[in-house]
Amino acid sequence: MNIRSEIENIINNNEICLFMKGVPEAPQCGFSMTVSNILKHLGANFKGVNVLDNEEIRNGVKTFSDWPTIPQLYVKGEFVGGCDIVKEMYEKGELKELLKSKSLI
Amino acid sequence: MALSIEEIKKLITSSIPDATIEIKDLVGDSNHYSAKICSKIFNGISKIEQHKLVYKSLQGKMGNELHALSITTEGK
Repeated sequence: MNIRSEIENIINNNEICLFMKGVPEAPQCGFSMTVSNILKHLGANFKGVNVLDNEEIRNGVKTFSDWPTIPQLYVKGEFVGGCDIVKEMYEKGELKELLKSKSLI
Repeated sequence: MALSIEEIKKLITSSIPDATIEIKDLVGDSNHYSAKICSKIFNGISKIEQHKLVYKSLQGKMGNELHALSITTEGK
């Protein structure tokens, strides 16, 4: 399977999917930790994909999303954003609304 | 290879000429910055598209020479 299909599979099989450095229990980068903590705080179940375990996914997801940094959050197959956007949406209450509207929290 | 505040401003301004840019060096290591950028080109497009325009202006340096730049964008 090529890397693009692999990433598509991960995104399609996990309603909330966070490409991150480290794992939700032990993020290895401050930005990944921020997004992971926000999702936990909102009570969302999410799949953390540790890009440090897989260089192909790490680079592949940047191309896939046309986004140069990690973390990257996907909700129901749609790219929501990186740390700055997720944090801003959380602070404005928009992330909670988004997850609620999709019955994910 | 770190980038200075002036270099970042120059890169952003070269593709977003009307940008008003405020950059802070968060820890004083020329490697962790936050930037607030306002421009008319952000009017009416999504946050994702706004941030992509900023990343594009940085010509692939984001995630490479430039380790950490947190971005806030606003229309004008």
